[in-house]
Amino acid sequence: MTITEKILARHAGRDRVAPGDNIWVDVDILMTHDVCGPPTIDIFRREFGADAVPWDKEKLVIIPDHYIFTKNHHANRNVDLLRAFAAEHDLPYYYDPGTPSYKGVCHMALAEEGFNVPGSLLIGTDSHTCTSGAFGMFSTGVGNTDAALIMGTGKLWLKVPETMRFVFEGSLPPYLMAKDLILQVIGDIGTDGGTYRALEFDGEAVYDLPVHERMTLTNMAIEAGGKNGIIPPDEKTFEYVRARTDTEFEPVYGDLDARYHTLKTYRVEDIEPLVAKPHSPDNRATVSEVAGTRLDRAYVGSCTGGKLEDFVAAATILRGQEVVIDTYIVPATTWIGKQLHTTYIEGDTLYDIFERSGCKLGQASCAACLGGPSDTFGRTHGTEIVISTTNRNFPGRMGSKEASVYLASPYTVAASALSGVITDPREVLV
Amino acid sequence: MKKTITGAAYVVGDAIDTDQIIPAEHLVYSLSDPEERKYYGRYALSGVPKDQQGLPYGNRLFTEEDAFESAYTIVVGGSNFGCGSSREHAPFALQEAGCTAVVAESYARIFYRNAVDGGFIVPFESIERLVERVRTGDLLEIDTTLGKLANHTTGEEFLLKPLGDVAEILKAGNVFEFARQAGFMPT
Repeated sequence: MTITEKILARHAGRDRVAPGDNIWVDVDILMTHDVCGPPTIDIFRREFGADAVPWDKEKLVIIPDHYIFTKNHHANRNVDLLRAFAAEHDLPYYYDPGTPSYKGVCHMALAEEGFNVPGSLLIGTDSHTCTSGAFGMFSTGVGNTDAALIMGTGKLWLKVPETMRFVFEGSLPPYLMAKDLILQVIGDIGTDGGTYRALEFDGEAVYDLPVHERMTLTNMAIEAGGKNGIIPPDEKTFEYVRARTDTEFEPVYGDLDARYHTLKTYRVEDIEPLVAKPHSPDNRATVSEVAGTRLDRAYVGSCTGGKLEDFVAAATILRGQEVVIDTYIVPATTWIGKQLHTTYIEGDTLYDIFERSGCKLGQASCAACLGGPSDTFGRTHGTEIVISTTNRNFPGRMGSKEASVYLASPYTVAASALSGVITDPREVLV
Repeated sequence: MKKTITGAAYVVGDAIDTDQIIPAEHLVYSLSDPEERKYYGRYALSGVPKDQQGLPYGNRLFTEEDAFESAYTIVVGGSNFGCGSSREHAPFALQEAGCTAVVAESYARIFYRNAVDGGFIVPFESIERLVERVRTGDLLEIDTTLGKLANHTTGEEFLLKPLGDVAEILKAGNVFEFARQAGFMPT
């Protein structure tokens, strides 16, 4: 069995499962946020009763992150509903906006708070819940109805997916980031190439990546239609997890005779800096093919591109220079936001580097990655051409249907912010 | 699930993601409040670029600007329908607009799952690509037991794929009834 099959078997109380099996699994963690939490709670009450109690308070994590810094009355109301639900049930893991417990983007917060644990099974009401798979666990996104079922019973039915395995061999060149690797995969298999399948990543270049960077690979499994993304854990994983939780865990690894739908091997030295052109994450081009394309805006943020490593990368390029287009910097979480003030590149904090470069700094949240209410920081409103470290560029994703979004690594985004046209990071990295 | 589903077709292309089905800015409305939920019907499919709205014509809104319900009740799409976010607001919005079924070449898994588990719309898969064979406004009839789609406007008939594993959930009504039958929820 593969790592995914073994984790699913364990959570179904079975010795074996095979792709295609429909199974009921026990859920270790259910995560929801401000967009899908309120309707999930409504369905939970409808089906289990107005006074129903969640199946396990210790396993329910509520992280508002989507529409936080907005005057939109309905959006604020949704956060109020979560706050009231958390108070009603005395939930230990609710992270309230406007208080010191507020975190920001749920997928990063799950990692920072120690909810991502090897061998476990986590379900969230967000398609990028697959991010957690970077910790050697099964994680996937569902809708409100499935989440309400879990809230009441702790159970969910799942179809066991086949696994596509992507091995990255070699040593990552200094101008590439995890974003380039995953854009390579999505460009190869398309936005539906992984539908109903597990996407497993390993190889020397993957294990050389810091844990947060690995999350960029699993985060975008959904952009290929994948059910889950997963990376078998190593010592770096264990170290990261043990520093954040006392939860005991038993790592799971695939069998040597595990069967894969696909096995694809890449030499990372052969991969170039990449973009996904408008309007699909699989619309891949090398940066050199689109170099010179005029831009109106650059954006560094989101669960996939708003990690500390992403800001270090962007600051490395921006330091001592000025951006020539509107450039937005949005840390995924409040912890990352604080690190901007305490992380230095040759004596300058990341925060100072961004400010002196003329960037616009926002507060931790999903912000303009998915458009959102009209007053959302960095949201598009017209025909902007944007280069962004986010994960989707379907029409209207960042707000305006007329805008165009190029997806790229923080290196490429920062290099392009300095010139106002799409620029190969190799030209500016020294 | 009804034995036959009839209605006017609304045709869109490939990779209609959930932002096109219901743009993220509208996700703030309650799905249970009777007055607020109507807006999901108003904005259903409003994120589709204008030239792709109601193929082969374009510039045909699914729901008219001041309306809450669509004149079209069967959506016909290409491959990877419903890709993108996990928002259940997407199949909900289609249902709220009055849509009862989608017929697409293929689906993204979370959309498909949400459509079935919530009992919002029936997601049929066509065997051949129908985007160029059906025009927006054509009168369609789906025989859900025989798995056939008839285009009464053109007189053509198409086969649909069997519903397979999810037929039991559709028959039960939604995933809660299915879970009750499986013994995971009190009846």
